[in-house]
Amino acid sequence: MAETAASGNFKVIGTRPVRPDGVDKVTGRAKFGADYSFPGMLHGKVLRSPHAHALIKLIKIDKALALPGVKAIVTSADLPEAENKSEQAGEMAVNPRHLSANILARGKVLYDGHAIAAVAATSPHIAEEALRLIEVDYEILPPVMTVDAAMAPGAPILIADLRNKEEGDKPTNVATHYQFKRGDVEAGFKSADFIVEREFNTAMVHQGYIEPHNAVGIYNADGNATIYCSTQGIFDVRLLSSQVLGVEVGKIRVVPAEIGGGFGGKTTVYLEPLSVLLSKKTGAPVKLTMSRAEVLRATGPTSGSKIKIKMGATRDGRLVAAQIWMAYEAGAYPGSPVGAGAMTIVAPYTVENFLIDGYDVVVNRPKTAAYRAPGATNAAFASETVIDELAEKCGIDPLDFRIKNGVQEGSPQVVGPPYKRIGYLQTVEAIKNSPHYKSKLTGANRGRGVASGFWFNAGMQSSAIVNIHPDGTASVVTGSPDIGGSRASMAMIAAEVLGIPMTDVRPVVADTDSIGHTDVTAGSRVTFATGMAVYEAARDAARQLVERAAKAWEKKPEEVELRDGMLHTKGNGVPPVSIKQLAPRFPRTGGPIVGRASLNARGVGPAFACACVDVEVDPETGKVQILRATVAQDAGKAIHPSYVEGQMQGGTAQGIGWALNEEYFYDAKGILRNTGLLDYRMPTCLDLPAIDAIIVEVPNPGHPLGVRGVGEVSIVPPPAAIANAIYRATGVRMTETPMSPPKLLKAILRHRSSAANAKAAG
Amino acid sequence: MHEIHYEAPTTLEQAVAILKQRGEQARPLSGGTDLIIQLRSGARRNPYLIDIKYIKELRTISFDPKDGLRLGAAVTCAEIDENPLMHRHYPGLTEAARLIGSVQIQNRASVGGNLCNGSPAADTTPALIALGARARIVGPGGEREVPAEKFAIAPGRTVLQPGELLVELLIAPPPPHSSDAYLRLIPRNEMDIAVVGAGVALTLDGDRIKAARIGLGAVGPTAILAETASQALVGKKLDDAAFDAAARLASEAASPIDDMRGTAEYRRHVAGVLARRAISIAAERARKN
Amino acid sequence: MSKKTLVEATINGEATEFLCEPRQSLLECLRDVLELTGSKEGCLTGDCGACTIIVDGRVVDSCLMLGVEANGKTISTIEGMAIAGQLHPLQRKFLEHAALQCGICTPGFLMSAKSLLDRNPNPSEADVRYALAGNLCRCTGYDKIVRAVLDAAAEMRGCGAGKAATR
Repeated sequence: MAETAASGNFKVIGTRPVRPDGVDKVTGRAKFGADYSFPGMLHGKVLRSPHAHALIKLIKIDKALALPGVKAIVTSADLPEAENKSEQAGEMAVNPRHLSANILARGKVLYDGHAIAAVAATSPHIAEEALRLIEVDYEILPPVMTVDAAMAPGAPILIADLRNKEEGDKPTNVATHYQFKRGDVEAGFKSADFIVEREFNTAMVHQGYIEPHNAVGIYNADGNATIYCSTQGIFDVRLLSSQVLGVEVGKIRVVPAEIGGGFGGKTTVYLEPLSVLLSKKTGAPVKLTMSRAEVLRATGPTSGSKIKIKMGATRDGRLVAAQIWMAYEAGAYPGSPVGAGAMTIVAPYTVENFLIDGYDVVVNRPKTAAYRAPGATNAAFASETVIDELAEKCGIDPLDFRIKNGVQEGSPQVVGPPYKRIGYLQTVEAIKNSPHYKSKLTGANRGRGVASGFWFNAGMQSSAIVNIHPDGTASVVTGSPDIGGSRASMAMIAAEVLGIPMTDVRPVVADTDSIGHTDVTAGSRVTFATGMAVYEAARDAARQLVERAAKAWEKKPEEVELRDGMLHTKGNGVPPVSIKQLAPRFPRTGGPIVGRASLNARGVGPAFACACVDVEVDPETGKVQILRATVAQDAGKAIHPSYVEGQMQGGTAQGIGWALNEEYFYDAKGILRNTGLLDYRMPTCLDLPAIDAIIVEVPNPGHPLGVRGVGEVSIVPPPAAIANAIYRATGVRMTETPMSPPKLLKAILRHRSSAANAKAAG
Repeated sequence: MHEIHYEAPTTLEQAVAILKQRGEQARPLSGGTDLIIQLRSGARRNPYLIDIKYIKELRTISFDPKDGLRLGAAVTCAEIDENPLMHRHYPGLTEAARLIGSVQIQNRASVGGNLCNGSPAADTTPALIALGARARIVGPGGEREVPAEKFAIAPGRTVLQPGELLVELLIAPPPPHSSDAYLRLIPRNEMDIAVVGAGVALTLDGDRIKAARIGLGAVGPTAILAETASQALVGKKLDDAAFDAAARLASEAASPIDDMRGTAEYRRHVAGVLARRAISIAAERARKN
Repeated sequence: MSKKTLVEATINGEATEFLCEPRQSLLECLRDVLELTGSKEGCLTGDCGACTIIVDGRVVDSCLMLGVEANGKTISTIEGMAIAGQLHPLQRKFLEHAALQCGICTPGFLMSAKSLLDRNPNPSEADVRYALAGNLCRCTGYDKIVRAVLDAAAEMRGCGAGKAATR
């Protein structure tokens, strides 16, 4: 099998079969979290703060409790005190005290929408009415809404005991300062022929999954609880819920419902601990779902940011220096992805000298959560447009400029060992050779832009089981919720290893009691790490099959091999036997065959993408149409090309929304004004063209099948590519997202009048 | 949502009687595409919903070359779009109706509902104003007609008194060499509330403009009739100078605010741009009639 | 609690009765009263189309209709799209083209696409994108959805468009 993998002669991998869970999804039969119902189930709703920053003086629940149909009300008084420390939970660092306070505010509310109390009642309408009857006395404090306001001397302090290393015991809103250095940045700038210095501001945006958060909690009298929820990480839900509730991890079982999108936003908990808490208090199952307004107000958007960037290049197009100051909104509690932003901002390039300072800053906005390559898109918006400017100054094609400076095997990373084999240059070449890039863009007010992106990808822990059934079919069990079609890839990998048809493999996503620890479906890691576990588990099953056949033939296992679903003796004599034929004999030859694997995946291959976008700008209104979009990404090895393309297209679409129209509008009081999908504007079908996805395959040497994670990086390039295209269409360099019509028109008019003035003066 | 009582009268008299009885507590329900959202969010509180979709007069759309258009208040945007006479005689109003939301919304939303919701950004209002549409209102005191530009009095509030019901919109038959057009600016290509809307109706006499009305939406507390800009077109030839002048005056007629959909500065500028473009389209269509 | 109203409607070809409070939306009635959970809640403001169903031959957002308004109506939901276990060509094409990732928006898209093809068996790509503009998808970027709809339309024309099963 290892030989097959290396040679790439796959039978199943690389094909495009229909996904195993597909029929349920196209018939409406698949059960998402909000579709679950249990006898005697109650409905829960959450009371949320109408203020951005306030002390909670008093909460009165008696009137609400008296409303017929209301069965229980909980506040932070019903949760144990949690420790104030930073712990690793999968990919994330979690502070249990902050997490608990985010679930139910303790003494203070830190954003419009911050949860204060939760009600369980016999109908969702009654629960809502009960919320109106809960009385809360607030002492309103001044809101701090931007990184500038939060970092200004004398700024109101959000978290009284927050300190950072540099400021010692001084109360601060800056949680962490990251710094990355290489060489001598001053000398670097001195040696530069061209320097570009700009300041960028990106607005807070949301992952925008169509399915709001949900949880059904069922607490049993024996102290064990079950949570049904739509989540990217069942083990994360278990761990975080147990921390908030103050119980042992083993007391909670998390069952994965189908999940209607996550993109990183469903890797933490909001409703899950509340569902168990209310179930414990009422003795009934309790279902909580969020409305769209709650999703926008009170889940985890990604950071808005301010990035000041200065980069220098020599006239022959070599990047020699980069100096970057970046501050990201963490939201109400520390933990923005500014560190990742700092490590990715120049990752596709070898830059001799750099100094990157990143600041994690708390503000009165919801606590940010991961959003597809968290931190990288903000950063690339800045760096990829500055690089575009430098390329122009050097008179070099923007793709050639990237190739000239691009990283390859052996190039240094910003942090860590040099890159192993990667496909960055190949993605740029793929765009360069694409029909899109080769075509001429004609017409007024039109422009073409390109940009690159990088994401680390993650390894982490996964487990898998492969059961061989008496009829020779198999099931492959994992703990990775399927958000993008990964069941298909898991089935394909197992089918490939065993040599049986993919339709003979049934993939199952199991609960936290039924499968070994598996880290979150995020970080572009499922096909990589869970795929690796499935591969190993299938190989384990294959080994056992070989041993059984050897035993039956009275041969040594080394003399038997499994090939294309058939067990052969090496050499001749015994006619080969299929798994189907062998399977009924398992009970008499040693018992069931169960392959298993659990691992902490090493050998992660980072992801690179390159995007090319054509735009047309209406110069009188500032409205942008995307005419054409192409994205190239290195997938290492595409297990199921259609779903790899799907990730690339989806990420590109999100990047386009981020670039053009998505943003959080807070008013002067810190209240969110666009709490619905009318004014949180995500692209519709009519706003996008076809998106051409070019899969580049430079196999990852760290994975048995060559896989690199694909789920995230495609969101990174589009905002910069669009900014670069707008520049070529209008002469305007945009330095803020979203590049919405009012902002773009203002910039166009300003550019036009300064051009006119220059002309008049000249 | 708060508790509601639902009734579905089948005659105008019944509807008016219930509306009179319940006063401010009642609200007519047509497509519900604004009202249900408002009831859920608490922006409106009307425990009595009177479903008007079973009343014949409100569901009828008829055109007569002499009397013009009678557009029932509960006729849906989709029904308007499917009506060839609407496309032929009132292409601008039809465009406006067609722009309200998705196909799903189109199948429920009505021009009458759009007007009664009283949003300054309503898409059909500028088109109705441009066409000189009159709203026929029936109430306990009898009947009255109100011109479209006077129907809304403040954001979300109209001239309708408790007990009154908008029955239909009346629009005169288009004179020869007339047509209308409606344009709006939204950030995406669909689904957004208009940041600016401009409706224009023109009547030509040879190569000169005989009559003109420009309606603007989303640039003031109510949709407006831009009288000065409209007057500036009358008697002029169809040329850039006339169009530019009218566009400038349309910009000046606008008194928009800053909000999360656009700045005042932006809206004022775009009002002029859209007015100019809508004038151009209406003129082109009028020339062909 | 106000008295519940009895609503009678034809749902996926079956004469159906249910009780609901007037304040319950049709979406709530389908999901919570009739246990037809295929139609989804995404926004409750008619902006995402996840709740799209077909009422008297027209697509609507069921979150913006009251359950009581369904009285006397003929309703099709995603649960009725496959007939006796046979997938509709649109459902098959969505699977073939990988036009779904998480699948939450899929029922709504299938309803909108079905309604489009019932009315216009030969839509252009622009027609398809316009018809689907009221359905949001965050996973796919719409590319494969549009391809699937156009492919289904072609197939349905090839084997007798208009014969496609309707309820």
